[in-house]
Amino acid sequence: MSGSLVGQRILRKEDHRYITGKGRYTDDIQQVGMTYGCFVRSPYARADIKGFDVSQALEMEDVISVLTGLDVAADGLGGLPCGWMIHSKDGSEMRQPVHPVMAAERVNYLGEPVALVVAETKEAAKNAAELVLVDYEELTPVVDVASAAQGEQLYAEVPNNTCYEWGLGDEAATDEGFASAAHVTHIELTNNRLIPNAIEPRAALAEYNSGTDEIVLHTTSQNPHLVRLILTAFVQIAPEHKLRVIAPDVGGGFGSKIFIYSEETALAWASKKLGLSIKWTAERSESFLTDAHGRDHVTKAALAMDSEGQFLAFKVSTTANMGAYLSTFASSVPTYLYGTLLAGQYRTPAIYVEVNSVFTNTAPVDAYRGAGRPEATYLVERIVEKAAGEIGLNPAELRRRNFIGKDQFPYQTPVALEYDIGDYEASLDKALEMASYETFEQRRVEALARGKLRGIGLSCYIEACGLAPSQVAGALGAGVGLWESGEVRVNPTGSVTVLTGSHSHGQGHETTFAQLVADRLGLAIEDVEVVHGDTGKLDFGLGTYGSRSLAVGGSALSVAADKVVEKGRKIAALLLNTEVDNIAFDAPVYKMMDSNETKTFQEIAFAAYVNHDWPSDNLEPGLAEKAFYDPLNFTYPAGTHICEVEIDPDTGVTEIVQFVAVDDFGTIINPMIVEGQVHGGLAQGIGQALLEQAVYDESGQLVTGSYMDYCMPRADNFPDFKVGMTCTPCTHNPVGAKGCGEAGAIGSPPAVMNAVINALGGVEIDMPATPEKVWRAVLSSQAQKIA
Amino acid sequence: MEAIKLQVNGRKRTVHCATNATLVDVIREQLHLTGTHVGCDTSQCGACTVHLDGDAVKACTILAAQCDGSTLTTIEGLAQNEVHHPMQQAFNECHGLQCGFCTPGMIMSAVDLVHKEEELSPEAIRSALEGNICRCTGYQNIVAAVVQGAAGMKEQQS
Ligand code: FES
Ligand code: FES
Repeated sequence: MSGSLVGQRILRKEDHRYITGKGRYTDDIQQVGMTYGCFVRSPYARADIKGFDVSQALEMEDVISVLTGLDVAADGLGGLPCGWMIHSKDGSEMRQPVHPVMAAERVNYLGEPVALVVAETKEAAKNAAELVLVDYEELTPVVDVASAAQGEQLYAEVPNNTCYEWGLGDEAATDEGFASAAHVTHIELTNNRLIPNAIEPRAALAEYNSGTDEIVLHTTSQNPHLVRLILTAFVQIAPEHKLRVIAPDVGGGFGSKIFIYSEETALAWASKKLGLSIKWTAERSESFLTDAHGRDHVTKAALAMDSEGQFLAFKVSTTANMGAYLSTFASSVPTYLYGTLLAGQYRTPAIYVEVNSVFTNTAPVDAYRGAGRPEATYLVERIVEKAAGEIGLNPAELRRRNFIGKDQFPYQTPVALEYDIGDYEASLDKALEMASYETFEQRRVEALARGKLRGIGLSCYIEACGLAPSQVAGALGAGVGLWESGEVRVNPTGSVTVLTGSHSHGQGHETTFAQLVADRLGLAIEDVEVVHGDTGKLDFGLGTYGSRSLAVGGSALSVAADKVVEKGRKIAALLLNTEVDNIAFDAPVYKMMDSNETKTFQEIAFAAYVNHDWPSDNLEPGLAEKAFYDPLNFTYPAGTHICEVEIDPDTGVTEIVQFVAVDDFGTIINPMIVEGQVHGGLAQGIGQALLEQAVYDESGQLVTGSYMDYCMPRADNFPDFKVGMTCTPCTHNPVGAKGCGEAGAIGSPPAVMNAVINALGGVEIDMPATPEKVWRAVLSSQAQKIA
Repeated sequence: MEAIKLQVNGRKRTVHCATNATLVDVIREQLHLTGTHVGCDTSQCGACTVHLDGDAVKACTILAAQCDGSTLTTIEGLAQNEVHHPMQQAFNECHGLQCGFCTPGMIMSAVDLVHKEEELSPEAIRSALEGNICRCTGYQNIVAAVVQGAAGMKEQQS
């Protein structure tokens, strides 16, 4: 690396269009003759459909067509598949009810689409949707996750409403650990259900061209190639080469825009069927009902320790909610993205985890920022903190005693992962210092004098990112390899177009990736343009999720850039009339090693396209190189978060008075962007801990269906975060990066809750720590003290 | 259908729209100014914030018909002569945006806030922005941007 751009706080190239209102999101696109779609949705959590009457709707002015679930069935469209096969402990395959594009016979969650109205105007579509009559016969829904397995059976092919009963680890060894334990800490907790709430609602615009028989689908996706693959290979809407999927500017995803949903599928199908261009944009209430929700676990666990506080064994039993259908990656979240992380940063020798995933009559649940890893971290870090309290050891000290030492890498955990590198003490030490941990008791006393209960909580998290080594992913059940593609296309004048299969929906790839490639080639960042998000422009790509873009997509670009450098050496050798081995690249100049003669990168680029005499045998014209990078292992970002809260005992309001996050993301290309990712993740994690929760009532109605009822974090919920970094570069990818997108949301919830529980004198409550819950806990802790 | 006359980002415009059309629909679909966004249906996210006769309003919450004869500034009208407004510049320099979807509304709210408040502490900015939701940034850099943008606006005035 030439080193002049990597590590710099370069301002984002993409900002100009966003701050001047020139961003181009899906709903911004308008076409001449475009029509509008509006979905008719189930008002019940579970009901049989006895019939449709679309006649009134069709009579309305400007209405073009009404397509129902019956039309979907008649056209033989496949269901929406789940891309990750999980096997139960007994070896049987997970049970997967058919997920129809639009329901024809039975609806299984509130808001499930049953019909699509297409009209000349948005208003006409919306008004006509009200007139589509669906004859429902209401059925008793299953809503509660903990008792879902005992509830009425929802699908004939799914006994006990159970998708799978999965297990990981050595149960016998774990039981032995418990048998020899000096102390066992038990915990029961829930991981609250969340609604992702990217501020741009999902949207799609499907345009069919009968002249070319091609559908162009603009949609709010984190992975447009995956959309194309599923819509063509599985749902069979069109041949793959006749569907182009474009994810233009996308206004946040957080996981919720990974998945293939009914709406864009129905739109693509309808556009071809009707020969129209059709647009649909979700209203926020539709987002609440139908964006895949996150988390929703109920867990019991126990941690066995010896008399010195060394962890001996950890046993976990979790029930996870899948919602009504298996969303695209749903099955992997509470299994391979959860159970595998239960070692945390510790040497716990024996771990056994069982996960039962169940169906309920609620919106599908899938990956949401962190996906499985926040659930694992929340459990591990809550129980470790509780254990420290029970054996009377400082929580930082207990963690330190059990850390995997920095000289113990690579480290094989008992739950399938091999951590490549880390230095957990370094992050802990730095965080303790930044948080002035030593002097906390003084602050507690001072707060008490003001009538406030002050508490402090730690969380030492680890996550597995850089999804994923294809071979490992395949062995674990993934339907696709999880490599990434990249192309570095050098233009004749020496500027560079970079194409990546990663997708940016806020992460700033247009800057980070340009920085990476410009650095490697010795160019100005202005000379590098990043292109992403269009199946018509790129070969294939797996998209952005799981903090994978830089570690996997960036590595692909790094390899492609190396190939460009290599080919440049050959061209330089040709021009300088010497051997390739006699040419060195000192970005941006090619040098002859045994003379002073040089060629600039620009000269090589120009020659690559205009030169006339190419030796026929081993050198072709042109300077553009591709790479498909398949990672060798996951990456393991880790760090320590420390939260300090003050509770007002009279109101139960919890204020975050200090939040410190120290993270090890490996090599950092742009610290400004990385810190921004941390801030955003922290806000979502703290939001989960204090504010957010999706609530369904017994009848399966969503009680928290708007911003009036679902508490979104606002600016005044947070102090300024104190963010610090440590660095152990990833050992197995060429960038050294580990990924930073999810860490904030993974590490912060247990830090906050440990602080709240600490302030409450050990009274445990579940997330979110709302004022009411905290106030009741204050009362019970006072009652305990009196008794 | 109503005929509505507006002064939009310095240009005279007449639009014809239904009596129940919201201002944001007219801005996005008739004036084709798609920098003003829609993020909710309950007047809470602030993505649709514009300046109407000099005041920040949520354009999803007001009928276009109520705006006849008004002066409207949207995010597209904030930069003068291709030069970023100090608040736009500050959002860029402080990394106050990620996906950019809340950003136009944030910037329009922030400019209005600076116009109306003499002294703006970070705490005051945090509470004044309660009508604007951002899911990406964690707000920290937005607050920093508003502080810096306010200073830039003062400097420009003097
Ligand atoms: S769209 Fe106007 S406040 Fe949300
Ligand atoms: S930058 Fe994405 S919502 Fe604010």
